[in-house]
Amino acid sequence: MRRAAQRSPGVYALLTLVVLVSLFPLYWSFVGASRDNAAISKVPPTLVPGGNLLHNLETAFTDFDMRLALFNSFTVSTIVTISVVLTSTMAGFAFAKLRFKGRNGLLIVVIATMMVPTQLGIIPLYIMMANWFHLAGSIWSLILPAATSAFGVFFMRQYLVTALPVELLDAGRVDGCSTLQLYWHQVLPVARPAMAVLGMLTFLATWNDFFWPLVAMNPQNPTVQVALSAFAGGYVTDYSLVLTGALISTLPMLVVFAAMGRQILDGITQGALKG
Amino acid sequence: MVKRPPRAPGVKAGKRAPYAFIAPFFVVFGIFGLFPLVYTAYVSLTGWRADQPGSEHSLVGFDNYAKLLHDQFFWNALKNTVGIGILATVPQLLLALGVAHLLNYRVRGRTFFRMGVLLPNITSVAAVTIIFTQLFGRDFGLINWVLGLFGVHHIEWQAGTASSWIAIATIVTWRWTGYNALIYLASMQAIPFELYESAALDGASKWRQFWSVTVPLLRPTILFTIVVSTIGNLQLFGEPLLFSNSQSPTNGGSQHQFQTLAVYTYDQFWQKFKYGYGAAISWALFLVIVIMVGLALTLSRRLRGVSDE
Repeated sequence: MRRAAQRSPGVYALLTLVVLVSLFPLYWSFVGASRDNAAISKVPPTLVPGGNLLHNLETAFTDFDMRLALFNSFTVSTIVTISVVLTSTMAGFAFAKLRFKGRNGLLIVVIATMMVPTQLGIIPLYIMMANWFHLAGSIWSLILPAATSAFGVFFMRQYLVTALPVELLDAGRVDGCSTLQLYWHQVLPVARPAMAVLGMLTFLATWNDFFWPLVAMNPQNPTVQVALSAFAGGYVTDYSLVLTGALISTLPMLVVFAAMGRQILDGITQGALKG
Repeated sequence: MVKRPPRAPGVKAGKRAPYAFIAPFFVVFGIFGLFPLVYTAYVSLTGWRADQPGSEHSLVGFDNYAKLLHDQFFWNALKNTVGIGILATVPQLLLALGVAHLLNYRVRGRTFFRMGVLLPNITSVAAVTIIFTQLFGRDFGLINWVLGLFGVHHIEWQAGTASSWIAIATIVTWRWTGYNALIYLASMQAIPFELYESAALDGASKWRQFWSVTVPLLRPTILFTIVVSTIGNLQLFGEPLLFSNSQSPTNGGSQHQFQTLAVYTYDQFWQKFKYGYGAAISWALFLVIVIMVGLALTLSRRLRGVSDE
């Protein structure tokens, strides 16, 4: 950080280039969504937005039920986020600050499960959801498996180990607090910043999840990502409409990012240091 | 973490309370995480086909695995998975190192640049692949148009093995470079400035400083990103599936040239109803991931040994 101030224009030029490359595909989807198919199929390609955005949005919402898809994605992501944040904070607190038998062994189990690829469980999970619980096609088939997260437990544990002083808990004990009261009155207030970061990361990941929702849900009751894949899957040949779908699915995330991107930034760098 | 310190840090709690706090995680994990793993192993030993009632009880031993060894599409998917995996990982992490180095300069608008490089990471695989597939379009795609300015003939990106691998690796690289750059940046900022000063006194150029001070000190972080990226990039699914412009996207191209193992699993399980066989492919993929992570770690240790000379 204390590097001598650099006034090299080369650094700025390169950084600007990197940011432009990062932004361009999203800008491009906006250009495509604001034009019609004929304008996209032109050489040379048009690089400025047109006036067709509202029309495309209307088609996307009326002809293809984006409303249901958005509603499903929003419901699933919200419930999963609340559940992951609460259960991770509870378990993270126990692993960080409570003494109990098997604590270290169980923590290693949590870390090990982070390494197992999700892909490995897709087939049995589908069998369970379809044949046993009869939840295939319902949003509960997405919510239940995602309701807790090993990453979340580890993330909260790492945060609380340093952020929560044992003295604070001891003092609470002297005042006669039960463990649940300690959690409520002392752990939650201290954990709040990390909970916010975990919540945002969870919401983003759930919103963007694709493989399992594609298997578990169906085009009649899709999430945004499943609806999008159906858009692109051939039965729509209108590319401006497909790009409109991509834009619709990304916009809510852009709003989250604009509002709380800094915390996500901090979360990634903190998580990395401790990982 | 591995060994309990003499004074276990933390407060005393009732006998049951700590277990009650970790119970929600372990219950959900047990039902939807651990059990499916065991169950996949079992399913992989059956001849279960969803279109044949009763077949779920037909135990066939290791037949599915034996069949895998003679399945040309499995070997093809394995080749594609490893090939695309390497193409999507190595350039990406090198680029991320470069971007992190740039971000580590004291520049104005630091937060803007950091948010800018992180932006691709918050977008979804589905949306991004759709956008890029349009950019990679044969006739009207922007990328072919730009290449055309340099006299390159229009490429049909989906058609060739190399071109489709490059296109898919590009999508992955676009989404993840910034994220990994920020992880490197965090570690770079923990490097004491004095190390650079003394290296400069010894006459080391900026370039030399980067390779002999920054990179060695970033080793743990680099290993971490290698492991995480390898695990992720060997499971590519949405990118190859949605990049395909054919009527049967689970083939991964006309000659299966970009069908990854994850796509092949989905194809066998979802399109062909072969639960048992699909489960066996899943386990094979798991094995591949373990081997590749081990290989990547060994290789990066070796490289370090060389550069230390």
